Amino acid sequence: MNDDSDLIIALEHVSKLYQMGNVIVPALTDASLSIQSGEMVSIVGPSGSGKSTLMNVLGCLDVPTSGKYLLSNEDVSQMNDNRLAKIRNAQIGFIFQTYNLLPRLTALGNVELPLLYGDSRDSKSRCVQALERVGLGERVNHRPSELSGGEQQRVGIARAIVKQPTLILADEPTGNLDSHSSNEIVAILQDLNKVENLTVVIVTHDLEVANCTDRIISMRDGRITDDSRVQNPRWLKTLESDFVGDN
Amino acid sequence: MNLSVNLRMALISLNSNKFRSALTLLGIVIGVSAVISLMAIGEGVQQTITARIESLGTNLLFIRPGESSENRISRGQGSAQTLTLDDAKELQSSFSSSFITGVAPESTTTKQIVWEKNNTSTRIVGVTPEYQSVRNYSLQSGEFIGYGHMENNSQVAVLGSRVSETLFGLRNPVGQQVKIGGRPFQIVGLLESKGSTGSFGFLDDQVLVPITTSYHRLSSQRSVNGGITVQTINVQIAEPMEMERAVQEISTLIRQRHRIEENDDFTITNQQETIETLKETTNIFVIFLGAIASISLLVGGIGIMNIMLVSVTERTREIGIRKALGAKRIDILGQFVTEATVLSLGGGIIGVLVGLFFILMLDGKPIFGDRVLETAFSSQIAILSLAVSAGIGLFFGIYPALRASRLNPIDALRYD
Repeated sequence: MNDDSDLIIALEHVSKLYQMGNVIVPALTDASLSIQSGEMVSIVGPSGSGKSTLMNVLGCLDVPTSGKYLLSNEDVSQMNDNRLAKIRNAQIGFIFQTYNLLPRLTALGNVELPLLYGDSRDSKSRCVQALERVGLGERVNHRPSELSGGEQQRVGIARAIVKQPTLILADEPTGNLDSHSSNEIVAILQDLNKVENLTVVIVTHDLEVANCTDRIISMRDGRITDDSRVQNPRWLKTLESDFVGDN
Repeated sequence: MNLSVNLRMALISLNSNKFRSALTLLGIVIGVSAVISLMAIGEGVQQTITARIESLGTNLLFIRPGESSENRISRGQGSAQTLTLDDAKELQSSFSSSFITGVAPESTTTKQIVWEKNNTSTRIVGVTPEYQSVRNYSLQSGEFIGYGHMENNSQVAVLGSRVSETLFGLRNPVGQQVKIGGRPFQIVGLLESKGSTGSFGFLDDQVLVPITTSYHRLSSQRSVNGGITVQTINVQIAEPMEMERAVQEISTLIRQRHRIEENDDFTITNQQETIETLKETTNIFVIFLGAIASISLLVGGIGIMNIMLVSVTERTREIGIRKALGAKRIDILGQFVTEATVLSLGGGIIGVLVGLFFILMLDGKPIFGDRVLETAFSSQIAILSLAVSAGIGLFFGIYPALRASRLNPIDALRYD
């Protein structure tokens, strides 16, 4: 077992309550969880199980009502908006189900966005590198509408890794993709995890995707109900074999 | 996030909604061009009026005798015969030339002037050589009345341009012999026109003669103390700032000379005050025009606010994405304020150009018969308009931008 310094995520008895009118709804109840650096973890559960809330807390988009959240040994559970924004910018790479690219910007412009809100040295070459890393070196000047779904999601991945974050959070990254593109995306995430030792957390309800990760955390009714290792994670094709000659 | 990035973002997003941006821009363009052109017209009118008053000469004080009465019926201010040529001479010698630059007495009668078969009736003004510089006359040809003419009561005259036109047509009158009030006068000079339009045309419709000649040869009135009486003494002061002091000191001097203890037998009018009063009046006119135009600028500003609010709602998701990627409140605020300011400042620049175009179109166009509209474009107003339009962008952009910056990233990301 790794020691504490390698812990990327440490949730201790975290709860999140939402107020809907006069009713208080517990979205997350007493969740404790630790994720080591370099792990590839999936969070599964039916809709309404609290996995999105967990994701928002992990991504520093929301703060817990009670409990403690340590990200890279730093307590972020009581931080204000500005400090959270800085943490998101520097440490977290988001990948969304609907890609969430800005339609008016090119692939390059979209990948550049996180660099606009912080350190922006050599931004262009870093963006091009990130796009090359996901196999889109030829498409830097295309707009999202000129790219396929799989390609758009790859731009999303490039945007997530351009700042070399400590944690990649992918919210249903394959939810809008066919199985071929879906495999491409998971393969890239696996590759980033294995080759660059990036910590990846994927929220999904696709068990095939979950089985490609090292560990599956199951949720129901706002509680973590199961946390188990995957015996033989399905290993998808590497980037090189998949993308040379693609497009 | 720095300014150049914000600008680039603003241009990209404005460019993606060209028609809408253009319409919003138009609101500011109309406002700014209206302000600029109306202010230019107002300024032009003001300058025209001031210039006409100053064509009389600048920094002038007018000393006039008090009123006289006959059988208790007043004959009005200036009708008394208390001011004399000696008063004027005394004024000239008592004050240094760095304080009073010129003293020019005058007395006016109306006489018939005849040359060959042509005749006209006009104002005959008795003047001294100083009159030319004090009242700012220049000569078309010939010479002005000199000291020799004064001493000898010479029967010489200088014609105003309109009188010359009436009698001589286009011929040069200098050297000709005319009859004024039945006496022969030699014409020695012809005055340059002071401008024939407007209410100051009378300055061209007059004949100047030596004041001594006017008194001894043309006037039937004689003063009580034997001095040569004058109707007005024009005094030119070196510095406009010294006007008040000059009025005080001249009054004191004349009171001493006339041995007055209570009621002055003269009045002093300050030309500067007349100009100030007129300026105040025209200023109200200019401000009124500016205020009306400003309303359209305000409406343009509200247009910007409206479109920015729509834009914030439409781009909720974009704001969510930016926040998730690490944009702080201030970054989002900056982005939307920049966008609003680019719209308003862009509109301001185009507005200044359009306004300038209107001003050039209107300049010199006739209005009200023979009057000509003069416009005065001032770069100060252009710069002010630009500053105001940028300010409008900031002011009306800040509320939508604040709304954008306060959006919760989770809700914003979920927004469709």
